[in-house]
Order: sequence, then C-alpha cells, then structure tokens
Amino acid sequence: MRLTQGQFSFLPDLTDGEITKQVQYALDQGWAVAVEFTNDPHPRNSYWTMWGNPMFDLRDAKGVMMEIDACRAAHPDQYVKVLAFDSSHGFETVRMSYLINRPAEEPGFELLRAEGPGRRIGYTVRSYAAGRPPGERYGRETRHGT
Amino acid sequence: MSETADLLDPEASDRTSDRQLIDLDALYRESGIGGMLAGMDRELVGLVPVKTRIREIAALLLVERARRSIGLRAEPPSLHMCFTGNPGTGKTTVARRMAGLLHGLGYIRRDHVVSVTRDDLVGQYIGHTAPKTKEVLKRAMGGVLFIDEAYYLYRPENERDYGQEAIEILLQVMEDNRDDLVVILAGYRDRMEVFFRSNPGMASRIAHHVDFPDYEADELLEIARLLAAGMQYRLAPEAERAMADYILRRMVQPRFANARSIRNALDRARLRQANRLFEARSSAIGATDLLTIAEEDIRRSRVFTQ
Repeated sequence: MRLTQGQFSFLPDLTDGEITKQVQYALDQGWAVAVEFTNDPHPRNSYWTMWGNPMFDLRDAKGVMMEIDACRAAHPDQYVKVLAFDSSHGFETVRMSYLINRPAEEPGFELLRAEGPGRRIGYTVRSYAAGRPPGERYGRETRHGT
Repeated sequence: MSETADLLDPEASDRTSDRQLIDLDALYRESGIGGMLAGMDRELVGLVPVKTRIREIAALLLVERARRSIGLRAEPPSLHMCFTGNPGTGKTTVARRMAGLLHGLGYIRRDHVVSVTRDDLVGQYIGHTAPKTKEVLKRAMGGVLFIDEAYYLYRPENERDYGQEAIEILLQVMEDNRDDLVVILAGYRDRMEVFFRSNPGMASRIAHHVDFPDYEADELLEIARLLAAGMQYRLAPEAERAMADYILRRMVQPRFANARSIRNALDRARLRQANRLFEARSSAIGATDLLTIAEEDIRRSRVFTQ
C-alpha cells in the first residue's frame, strides 16, 4: 500500500527537479528547511528522526539537495520527508511537509477492532511493518537511527 | 543540431552559409553586464589591469553563452579564480562585483558572496573539519565562495593540521559542483604562490589569476574623495591638499594598507571633526559645517607629527 502523507500526497512521487523547485520556494520565503526520516509509517507518528539540523541560512536549494541525497543514500529503505518551518510571527509552524523517499515494499496497515460493552466497537490501525523490530521492518533497512 | 555539425565540417561549410546570425549585442544588453562594467569603471578607482582582466573574462563568458545557444558543445568553463594583491587593494569589492557579473551572465543562480577565512572552514579537533567545511559550502551553493587569506588553510609546519582536510573537500566540490559554485581565493601574492606550489591540485583547478596592483598616490586621493562622498561628507579644498600630504607620508610608513588605510584616516578625521564641532558648541553651526571636513581635522593626525 502506497503511503500518502502531507503535501502533494495526491501526486506521483516528486522528481529531484520538482523537489529542488519546492525547496527553493521555501527558501525564498525565508523558511528553514529540514530533512527527517522514520521507519514507523503510522499517520500519527510525529516523532521522525532529524537528519542534521534545520537549514536556516541557505540561499540556494542545492545545499538542501546535498543533504537530501545524503539522507536517502544512508536510509534508502525508510521514509524521508522535507519540512519547511516558518518562524514569522503568527505562523511559527511547519508550512510545508512532503515525502521524498519511501521503502521499496510498503506492507500497509491492519485494521484492529476492540469490542467494548454493549456491542460498541473501537477501531484503530496498526502498520504491519511496525510489528517487527526496527532494522527488520523494510528489507535491507539500516539498523541505526530508528 | 545538423546545422552546427555542418559548421564544424570543412567540406560542408560552403553549403551552410552562416544562416544562424547571433546578436551578440542583444545578449550583452539583456545580461545587464554593460551597466555593471560601466559601474565598475566609475566606482572603482585605478585597478586598470584588474578591470581589463574582468572585461576579458566577461567577453569569454558571453561568447561561451552565444556558442551554447546555437548548440555548439562546450564544457562549462572553469570559473574558479584567485585574486592576489596587498591588503586594501579591493579584492573583496571586486569579488562582490564578480558575483553580480556571473549572475547577470547566468553562470551562477544567485548573486550572493559568502566570505570566509580559515576559522570558518577548519575545525579544532578530529572529525570537526568536514562538517564545518560542508556547512559553509552548503551556504555558498549557487553563488560565490570567497576565501580570504586562503594560504592559511595550508600549514606546512604542522603535518597533522586539519587544513589539508578542508582543502581536499574544497577540491572535490570545485570539481563536482562546477555549475553550482564559484570559488575565489584571495591573499598576498608571494604567500599564495607558496600555497599553490604545495597544492598543485588547487593550482590546476583555478582558471583565472588576477593580480591587484597597489594604488598610486593620486588614485588614493580620488578614493578618499569617493569614500567621503559615500559617507555624505565633503573635503574642503585645503583639507584635500592636507589629505594628499597625508597619503604621501602614510604610504612610506609600515602597515600601509592602501584603500583601507584611507578609510581609517577618514574615520579618524570624522572623529576629530565631531570633536571640533562639539568643543565649539556654544556658537550655532550650519549644514555646511556638519558635512565639511576641514584641514585641521586631517593635519592633526599622528602621521604629521612623526
């Protein structure tokens, strides 16, 4: 199952040229661009691992692309996303967030039902991948940095 | 494509009369470098050999672009440069203008200059240098990286110096990211020569060596005039003569740093002018007094008493 999250989730995966343009847009707005990765695909997982510090002082997208390439080379079988943080007053939040890398195989999610009193049923999802320990979730995934 | 192939084929050359006419002048105008070169002539005093070299480089880049526009295959030209000259001869100023020029011609994407020295590139312990250098390179991407006093990167007296690591990363990026980054090294002539002799890899990757001559006395006076005007001051006619005297005396003294010394002299003259006005605050002063630097503001300099 192809995971979709954040911006552009309705589009095919972005090419490097498209990512460059998006990153350049964020930098032109004065937003800090960060790269993060994870192997836990749950939609409510907000604790992704940071790949280095957010980049506050870049003018050109090439610097971010170098970090993106390094992160994808180090974690080819994990999810990688790009964030753009707007520090201006009134926003102070992430303005852009999109996936730029995904594992070759994405097992998807299991729907769990919990029966309560009086025929009440609570639903939740659990990703099949997260059932295995970090390092064994997606094929040749690297062990460090879960 | 076949047309350009024909151009290169001597037998076909009479078949294809030069059908594609290229308006070099239009290219020149739309790049906006005419204005930049004129501005350089107007605002930078002296430096004739430097201006000539920059004109030559600009012409080369313009023709290169015209060649590329008709599909003639050309390796992207190597644009890394080395500016040598004594302190205060305008290396940083010219580097900033160079960035504007390269940007106008479309060889770099932004017209920013990231100016660094050894401290910004070289770390203090093992494993500190590479991230530090890469951080700087990331910041400079798309523009110009200006390394002042580049010879400090290489310390021959200490074979375990981390500078060598920074140089190697720099060389790698200068080769791999030619489209993204232009590196300009700057420093004293003799020490840069030693640096290049011990780093042949660096020497061979630098295409343009530009040498900055020292200023003549009359050029320095012209600079003083321009600097004063830039700060919205005016040198009184007598003050200008005093300045000419000052320059002649200062030039033979140790630690003379060309235009930088003149800037410092002007700053001190402003200080003395302010002091003079403050001392005489009981009488009203006009706008002319506020913007005029008088003869005594300069004559009271230490240079005249020594």
